[in-house]
Amino acid sequence: MNILMLLDMAVSGFGERTAVGTSESGLTYEQLMQRAAAAGHMFSATDSERVGLLDVSSPAVLVALFGSAYAGQPFVPLNYRLADADLKSLAERTAPAVVVVGDGNGPRVAHVDGIEAHQRDEWLQRLDAGPTLAPGAWPDDEQDIAVLLYTSGTTGAPKAAVLRHRNLVGYILGSVEFMGAGEDEATLVSVPPYHVAGLAAILSSVYAGRRIVQLPNFDADEWIDLVVAQGITHAMVVPTMLARIVEQLQARSIELPTLRALSYGGGRMPLPVIEAALDLLPHTNFVNAYGLTETSSTVSLLGPDDHRAAIASNDPTIRRRLSSVGQPLPALDVSIRDDEGTELPAGSPGEVWVRGDQVAGEYLAQGSKLTADGWFPTNDGGEVDTDGYLYVTGRLDDVIVRGGENVSPGEIEDVILSHPAVQDVAVIGIPSDQWGEAIAAVVVGGADATELQALVADQLRSSRSPDRIVYRDELPYNETGKLLRRVLRSELAELGDS
Amino acid sequence: MELRPGLKLKSAVCDTEVIVVSTAGGDIDITCGGAAMVTPADGRGDGVPADGLANGTLLGKRYCDDAGSVEVLCTKPGDGSVGIGQASLSLKEAKPLPASD
Repeated sequence: MNILMLLDMAVSGFGERTAVGTSESGLTYEQLMQRAAAAGHMFSATDSERVGLLDVSSPAVLVALFGSAYAGQPFVPLNYRLADADLKSLAERTAPAVVVVGDGNGPRVAHVDGIEAHQRDEWLQRLDAGPTLAPGAWPDDEQDIAVLLYTSGTTGAPKAAVLRHRNLVGYILGSVEFMGAGEDEATLVSVPPYHVAGLAAILSSVYAGRRIVQLPNFDADEWIDLVVAQGITHAMVVPTMLARIVEQLQARSIELPTLRALSYGGGRMPLPVIEAALDLLPHTNFVNAYGLTETSSTVSLLGPDDHRAAIASNDPTIRRRLSSVGQPLPALDVSIRDDEGTELPAGSPGEVWVRGDQVAGEYLAQGSKLTADGWFPTNDGGEVDTDGYLYVTGRLDDVIVRGGENVSPGEIEDVILSHPAVQDVAVIGIPSDQWGEAIAAVVVGGADATELQALVADQLRSSRSPDRIVYRDELPYNETGKLLRRVLRSELAELGDS
Repeated sequence: MELRPGLKLKSAVCDTEVIVVSTAGGDIDITCGGAAMVTPADGRGDGVPADGLANGTLLGKRYCDDAGSVEVLCTKPGDGSVGIGQASLSLKEAKPLPASD
């Protein structure tokens, strides 16, 4: 099994459709396969053992991904937003490698030993007429590594998550219908190539036959303009992107009639944002997807019907589903476990464990984190309700232990965000002599502190009420919408709870 | 033949190629057009699909038996029917999931 099997089927089934770009000037699936065979030939002719990419989204991402699979080398998309020193360290870990670089990025890695940098446009142009590997002559060991993705390192040094061909092919076969897309369908990819969702979007779209349109650096106005200009039917965004899109849709009072499906994931979605989006885009099908890099993307999803039922319902149980990540994909198992690894019944909070072909749960230096019977403990806290809906409360590392009681930041954040004068909030633990850890809320907005404390005490209980509330103009997020809690923790560590 | 997920098979009597998606294990007499399927390295015979076992395979479709002993994905279509022995597998209809990435 090799991810090239997916592209090969696309070539057989609908090779003349556009795979990526505009209908006029994009690459068809046949052309993409030719470029991949040429890229594979070029990679094989060097001493490279991996193929890096240091660039924003462009058709070159698809060519480098499939080209590396052709050559039997792992594809390693690097985060171009990293500081030079951090990037250099990742480049050293990737060498010996050919690295496809975007404008201005070449000098950042070209001096690293074992790195052969190629400027993206020139590289692509050379492949047009370059020698190719023989059709179908890609390695077929399903245990081969397809992709190495460096985790965002919000809690420490980045780890290289290993995704093998069998994980990625397993994910696609388990979740995507071959040629499931109509000829008019186009998806807008605005997450960067080093994010698992950006990678999964490529494989899913190729297998479904859905044209990919790429937005290199997310901007809400450009995103809206592209949806209109390219007749975009599908898109995936992270919560911070949707928040900005909602603001711009309101400001421009514009409609997006072609947009049939909008999926979101990659972080906690504030309820006011999704409610506003549902209201602004009444004809769009919304999908909330939960997944991790280590699981080859989506594990669980809340579909369009559940969104509509939740928004229309006054029943708190149904309404609450808007903050659920829905039900696990049929091709995998999800289980909630306690600290000892014992399965917990519905309604009990614990750790989310997943198992299935798509679950890699492995890092390059640290090895496999799977249990003997194939389960991956995600380090995400969560629970499943009696109807099988999964609720994810956040990273277990982020849980605050106040006076021996475990407190999930997410539930407090949801309550505080429901206050109309609050735009954003992060709840974190700070050192406390009295409690071990105390609860601090970092609030963006103008709500009164005692009012917010009373709100939480009333909706949850008094021991969940923040001991401290501080105000900021904005919260620190990384570019893919992950809240950087460690930045807030170190800022607030000195404050204490008094 | 001993099947395992990811195993590629081809028909000995038509163009059909499949990949095993899942299997309950054990020795399974997987056939296409009534003739035992072979591995990609093997040559194709000069036979044709048997009568009644020539309903064809469709690219990207999955085929399985009621007992759940095997499920295959068609990676190259052909004229024969995929089966276990002389019993054809059925086309698996799955409810498509909404796009999530």
